Parts: sequence; structure tokens; C-alpha cells
Amino acid sequence: MSLTYQQPDIKKPVSKRRKKSNRAQWIGLLYIMPAIALVVVFFVIPLGMTMWMSLHKWPLLGVQSWVGLANYEQLLSDNGFWQALWFTIQYTVAATVGLIGVGLALALMVQSQGRAIAFYRTAYFIPVVTGFASASLLWVWLSNVDSGLFSPLLQNLGLTDERTNLLATYGPAFWLVTIMVVWKMAGFYMVILMSGLQSIPADYQEAARIDGAKAWQRFRYITAPLIKRPFALALIMCVALSMLAFDQFYIILNGGPQNSTITAVYKIFNESFVSFRLGYGAAMSMVLLLILVALSIVQLRLLRDREDS
Amino acid sequence: MSATIIHTATEPKRKARRGRYRYHRVIFHFTAILVAALFLAPIVWVVLASFRTAAESGLPPLPPWPTKGFSIDSYIRLENFGQSILHYTGNSLFVAIGTAALTIVVSTLAGYGFSRFRFPLKSVAFVIILATIMVPFQSILTPLFLLLAKLGLQNTLIGLVLIYTTLQLPFSIFMMRNAFDAVPKEIEEAARIDGVKGIRMLVQVMGPLVLPGVVTIGLFAFLNGWNEFLAALVLLTDQDKFTLPVLMTSVRSGRFGSVDWGAVQAGVTVMMIPCLILFLILQRSYIRGLTAGAVK
Repeated sequence: MSLTYQQPDIKKPVSKRRKKSNRAQWIGLLYIMPAIALVVVFFVIPLGMTMWMSLHKWPLLGVQSWVGLANYEQLLSDNGFWQALWFTIQYTVAATVGLIGVGLALALMVQSQGRAIAFYRTAYFIPVVTGFASASLLWVWLSNVDSGLFSPLLQNLGLTDERTNLLATYGPAFWLVTIMVVWKMAGFYMVILMSGLQSIPADYQEAARIDGAKAWQRFRYITAPLIKRPFALALIMCVALSMLAFDQFYIILNGGPQNSTITAVYKIFNESFVSFRLGYGAAMSMVLLLILVALSIVQLRLLRDREDS
Repeated sequence: MSATIIHTATEPKRKARRGRYRYHRVIFHFTAILVAALFLAPIVWVVLASFRTAAESGLPPLPPWPTKGFSIDSYIRLENFGQSILHYTGNSLFVAIGTAALTIVVSTLAGYGFSRFRFPLKSVAFVIILATIMVPFQSILTPLFLLLAKLGLQNTLIGLVLIYTTLQLPFSIFMMRNAFDAVPKEIEEAARIDGVKGIRMLVQVMGPLVLPGVVTIGLFAFLNGWNEFLAALVLLTDQDKFTLPVLMTSVRSGRFGSVDWGAVQAGVTVMMIPCLILFLILQRSYIRGLTAGAVK
């Protein structure tokens, strides 16, 4: 009984203090204000505007007019857009297979410790820190038919009879850009997959080795199941980034040969900033955005599963 | 005695295994060095080739190093494109450093706010900021173009800095909130008893403790600001304001049908070297940011 009597006595000062500290907690809003302001002005509002613009005929100069869903209707029968989307998907498949394959091979090579290994790791990673624009400019020079490296090298090695322009036909041009991207980005996926590999306790491999498991068996039954999630994450990041490819196709190929390498973002760029049909470009943006958001939702789901397990 | 017998019995077998192990190691290092050479070759090639004379710079780079004497002609010729190359490097530096500085200030404040305070709508605000990572910025480029014009920021480097900073925020605020979460509350309590308050607490007490996070987000912001191409291409229309990637793309397009490849080599070198140096110095911060952003 004395206990129940004492309780309110203790409670009073506590609630008073909490009230006071509650006011102090509001200052937190001030700290996040600059970030909120930037995100609202330069992200939320433009996002709303994209939606709004996609429902209008919106030339750069002159009057915009409400057209409802007409832009989207036109989009359905726009071969150029679907071709760009189809090309982007083809490129995404090629780049993803190349990047994840090479990234995983590199990760397996450099997962252990040691000075030599640290050097290899740095060497494989270095192209990642150069920008896409500089890497593309570098490769456009290397693949130039007269002043570059690849064409003369192929000729000197006797692989081609004469100097061939690698960027003039679709096949070689497509693979050249894909190889450039693998060169530039493989190190990135190497690091992500490597951090997954390193989180596998060394005893697992040791125990399997003692039991007589061959290297391939150890990879198949121990490594592969345990890096499933970092692997899935790398996969989705790779797909999302490849779907948004622009720099390399704009700089190296200029969309050519014969406009056969126009990606989705490139198409939006052309529509909005070359033809200045901003409303139509916005409708294309919305379609691309929905595809990417769907990808992100898959990614989030994978992350949540990861935390559950 | 029995031990020595066993020892001698297994000796040839062990020797064979050790021999095979060494053989594997040689193969491994040989392959690894070959792959490293492949990854480094394009960069080494362009840096060496950029120091060839004007007469040589248009020839295939076989070998890449200057054979008719070392020269910086290619860099000097870059001066003839618009303003001098120093001017455009200055533009790029302004954008990159501006983005890094603003990202550090805004994200540190926000990270501290999200980590240490409880206020209404806090989790909603945090989710909104993080959710922007799901929306590709390429899809909001047109409205950004119109918005900057409305704000009188079109064709300015400041406008570019504001946009780049916004794009850095989800990653950076996430990093900084985690950095502040890792600092024990007792440190703040002790400082508070000593009479430290408000922004001084953040800068003088917490600042040194979250410095690794600050370095990481600053590094990422700098590199992304320095390298970004599409937004700069769309938002900067005045040649005076070009950043290096946009300038170099117009150099690459050539004049009157001929491209000065020597200038392209020199420009690529100028664009790559700062990134490589920063990365080699701050490798640890970079990798930490990458794994934290990707795996967490």
C-alpha cells in the first residue's frame, strides 16, 4: 500500500521533465529543414511536374494545353520509343551478364588478405572512380578507326584483313560499348560481392575442405547459397543502372549506326531537349520511372527478407 | 618413434601437395597480374599518349609513349577551345567542391537531427528522403530545367550544385544518421554538463567522432559532381559555364569534320587524374561508403 501511495509522487517530476524535453526535441526539425527544403524543391516538386506535364502538350516556348492521356496514347503506337526500350533491355541483359560474371570472378580472386591481393583489388577497382563521360571519351578514342588502338591492333595481329571501323556496324559497336562498361564497372560489383564472400565464416570452408569437398563443390554448396542476397542486390543495382544508360551511347556512338543504339534515356533526351516536345518527353519519363520503381520495390523486398533471416 | 615413422611415410605425399600448391599460386598470380594489366592499360595508354607531339597525336598509339620527343602540345591546344582549359577545370572544381561542401553541411545537420531528436513526422521525413533514391533523376530532368529557369538559376553552376547535392542526400543522410547513432549518448551528456549546447555541440563534440562518415560522403559528392554528365549537358547551355565532361564532348565532336585526338587524350587525362589521386589517398573511406550504401 505504501508502494501505491508513493508512485504518483515519483511520476510527477518525470512527466514535467518529459514535457520540457519534448520542446527541446522540436529543435530536431530545424536540423533536418535544409535537407527537407532541397528534397521538396529539387525532387518532390519536379516529380509532380513530370506527372502534370505528361498530361499536356508542352512546347518549350508558347502555350501549353491540356491533352489528358493523349501523350500516353501516342506513346503506345510510337515505334521509336518501344525500339529504344527494347534496345535498352537487350543492352541491360548483356551488360548485367558481363558485369556480374566478371565481378564474381574478380571477387573470388581477391577475397583473401595479402599485399599482392590488395594491389589486384585496387587495380581492378580503379576504372570505377573515373566518370562515365571520361571513360567513354577514352574508349571513343581507342576505338577510332584511324587514330585509335583497337582497329590497328586487330589488323597487326592479323585478325582483320584491313583497317575496319568497329563503330560503323551494329554488332561490333554494341559489344564495344558493353565491354567498355564491363571494364569500367566490374570492380564495383566485385566489391559488393566480395563483402558478401568475406562475411562467410572461414570455418565453413575449412570444415568442407577437411571433409574432402573439391573447390567447385565448396563454391556450389557453401559459397553460392550464402552470398545469394548480396548477389541479388548486385543484380538489381546492375539492372537499374543499365536501364538508365545514356553517357556511353551518347558519347561513343551518338545513337548510331543508323540510330540503332538509342537507349530509353537517350530517347527522352532527344524528345525533350532536341525536339522540345516536353509533354511527350514527360510521358516517356513516367513510363521509365514506373519500370524503375517496380525494380526498386523488388529490391526493397529482398532487403526486408535479408533482415528477417 | 612411431611419430617419426608416420612422418617419413607421408613425406613424399606432402611434398607433392606442396608442389602442386606452389604451381597453383604461380598460375594464380600470373592470371591476376594479367587481368590487372588489362584493367589499367586504357588509363596508362591515354596518359602516355597525351604527351606525344602534335604530329604524332593523330596516329595509332602503338606504342603509346612519345617516340618523337615528349611534349605538352595537346594540353596547349586544349586552350583553343572556348575559354582556356583552366577556366573549365575551375568550373568543374567549383561544382565538385560546392557539391561536397553543401552535401556535408546539409547531411550532417540532418543526420544529427534524425539520430538525436524525436519530433512529429520524423520517420515520414526520413522515408521520403530515402525514397527519392528509387526515382531515377533522369526522369525529372525536364521539370528541373524549367524550375531552374523560374528560380533564375538556369545556366548557373550554383543551380547544378543544388541539384547534385539533392541527389547525394539519400545516401549521405543515411550514412550520417548511422554515424551519429554509433556515438554513445554519454559523450553528449558529459559535454552538456560542461555547458556545451546547440550547434557547438555538433561541431566541436560530435564533429571529430563522425569525421570518417563526413570524409566518405564528401568524397562521393565530390566525385559525382566532378563526373556527372547528363544534367550538366542539359542544364548548361552557355559555353562559358561548361564543366569538363560537357566541354570534352564538344571537343570530341570536332570542328569542320576533323577531331583533334591529342586534345581528347589530354582532356581525358585532366578529367581522370584528380579522381584517381583522391581515390588512392582515401581508398578506405571510399570502400566503406560503397559497402555501407550497398549492403546495409
